Amino acid sequence: MREEIVEQEERLLNGDEAVAWAAYHVEPDVVAAYPITPQTIIVERFSEFVADGLVRTEFVSVESEHSAMSACVGAAAAGGRAFTATAANGLQLMNEILYIASSLRLPIVMAIANRAVSGPINIHCDHTDAMNVRDAGWVMLFCEDAQEVYDTIIQAFKIAENPKVLLPVMVNFDGFLISHTAQKVKVFKDPSVVREKFLGGPRKPVKIKLMGKEVELSLNPKNPVPVTFGPLDLYDYYYEHKMQQLVAIQNAYDVVKEVHEEYAKLSGRRYGNGVIVPYKLDDAEIAVVAMGSAPGTMRYVIDEMREEGIKIGLLRVRLFRPFPYKDIIEALRNVKVVGVFDRAQNQGMMGGPLFLETRAALYELESRPEVVNYIFGLGGRDAPPEMFREAFDELVGIYRGTISPFIRKYIGVRE
Amino acid sequence: MQKKWVPTPVEIAKKPDYILSGHRLCAGCAAPVVVKLTLKALPNPENTVLVNATGCLEVATTIFPYTAWRRPWIHNAFENAAATASGVEAAFKALKKKGVWKDEEPTIVVFGGDGGTYDIGLQSLSGAIERGHKFIYVLYDNEAYMNTGIQRSGSTPFAAATTTSPAGKVLPGKPEWKKPIGFIVAAHMNAYVATVNPFYWQDFVVKVRKAFEYDGPSFIHAISTCDRGWRFEPVLAMRISKLATDTCLHPLWEFDPETREYHITGQSLYLAKNPDKIVPVEEYLKLQGRFRHLFKPVRRDDLINAIQNRVMKEWKYLLKLAGLES
Repeated sequence: MREEIVEQEERLLNGDEAVAWAAYHVEPDVVAAYPITPQTIIVERFSEFVADGLVRTEFVSVESEHSAMSACVGAAAAGGRAFTATAANGLQLMNEILYIASSLRLPIVMAIANRAVSGPINIHCDHTDAMNVRDAGWVMLFCEDAQEVYDTIIQAFKIAENPKVLLPVMVNFDGFLISHTAQKVKVFKDPSVVREKFLGGPRKPVKIKLMGKEVELSLNPKNPVPVTFGPLDLYDYYYEHKMQQLVAIQNAYDVVKEVHEEYAKLSGRRYGNGVIVPYKLDDAEIAVVAMGSAPGTMRYVIDEMREEGIKIGLLRVRLFRPFPYKDIIEALRNVKVVGVFDRAQNQGMMGGPLFLETRAALYELESRPEVVNYIFGLGGRDAPPEMFREAFDELVGIYRGTISPFIRKYIGVRE
Repeated sequence: MQKKWVPTPVEIAKKPDYILSGHRLCAGCAAPVVVKLTLKALPNPENTVLVNATGCLEVATTIFPYTAWRRPWIHNAFENAAATASGVEAAFKALKKKGVWKDEEPTIVVFGGDGGTYDIGLQSLSGAIERGHKFIYVLYDNEAYMNTGIQRSGSTPFAAATTTSPAGKVLPGKPEWKKPIGFIVAAHMNAYVATVNPFYWQDFVVKVRKAFEYDGPSFIHAISTCDRGWRFEPVLAMRISKLATDTCLHPLWEFDPETREYHITGQSLYLAKNPDKIVPVEEYLKLQGRFRHLFKPVRRDDLINAIQNRVMKEWKYLLKLAGLES
């Protein structure tokens, strides 16, 4: 495939700033946001872009995250591009409106600097916030570093607005570990590459037929038949509407891949196939599965173990909703032991959310690997290479039959 | 902004309705009257976007696949109508800046009940007003959570019986007084605020027109009868509505954010000049089942007098604010 990589420039950006730069380059019509650590730098930087007149975006400094998402719903229904960012408790406060945003089929994009949920109050990274809203009908992507954050925010608008999808998209990245860690990030030199070339100019709401007339699916007063958004929907239609939403989120799977590929042609950057990112899995007997920034540390440990002749590899899950179970089955078809690493609470559950779905996916295989779960890094607890090495050695032990398999373990925690 | 407009009944009647008949609101419910009068007051109602908080008006007008709305309309949730309106307004502003929306920005009109305004939606309303979004927020105040079956709200008047403030052997209905929502909104100092009564339709539409003309947020507080919750025969709706103002329980006034002045208007201005014409609150109370326990089995003069005294105290306060009494 021919690639025409567009001119880019390197900037020193942390994850939050990478989001702000992506939002600057997209230039949404409305950004409605409320400050919360570790997301706040996003809205601070973006406010500067607004203050300097670099974007024509209306920045709405709402009085809560609930209102942030509510304003995004209004803005997107009006036909605009809407963006917000939050974390932890802010995301929990939005919960009610997350479901409404997806059911109204509004292509809102939201950045989440993943943070532990109170209580006790804690500002550091884990994925519990995102996991609590994993059934809200949003497309959910998890990034590994600031570069991927920049790239994924831009992709998210295109995924969300695809007529086959029309769903909100949540872009996750680890609070502090990514949000506050500066790295070299390549950004497009000319914002019009993003606004015009990639996104095709301003958002164009889809057309639908209403009472025999073609109307724009928006609150446009010029529609020949005005649209009623959010009516009362009872037992005679609710289920069908939920089925349409279900089809849409399944459609998102292909669209995430397509948009990832299209973007790669402009940027020269790829993240696996867009939904999963395998590392040294081809001949692996042992696999670890994880999301977020931990895979960076894990690759370092894997390289070390590979040098020792241990056939171990990594599967990073980039797309969490819709869950790419087919890719996971294919990627792990030949491994004998799988360790799934959840950076999220699992109160009263059999295991972490990533573990449960990965293990369920692998049930499809005739010869199933052992699948065990590690919970780690809650509330920003450090996740150093030695901790992963110990866990990976345990997986080797299970593979060799010297250690009995188990369901779940909590690592990096004092007794 | 004090542009004089004196609408005639013919002029108003000739304007189209943007809420169609066939909706499921009760006979005796003033909410559709509030909607009709509001939209008839706008000079260009075609260029309007409507936002509706969860409540009777929302559920009874949009049972899928039907809708009673002839204007673009959005219902998001209960507590966030003002925040939703902020987003709609901001989007049209941005689209206009970018040249995508070429016409005049649409008028954003919000309809919310008392639960969605006094209680659960107060934060988002306050935030949106503080930010100065241009919208007209119309509160149709039927003084309880009627949609869920008549539970007390911050708006329910003292001594009214609801399903969560029943008149019992110890408690005489709601023990607390009604929250002064209009003053709370006016205290933001940047919103045009007015109380209206659908019976006094001329005062109503003139105020909505002022709200439209004001370059900023506005808040229209309409008393809105509810035959189910207030317990009266539907035919009495407008008579009871009229009495709400004639007794000074729901006086008509406006707050001008530019001059920071309160004005008493319409029928209430007449009553200010002719205090002998003020109707005793009893006339209003005795028509409604929610106040039946004030009259039967024994007449509770203590409670009736408490209400009467409170009303006159608040009326005097308003007269002072409006400079009509020192």
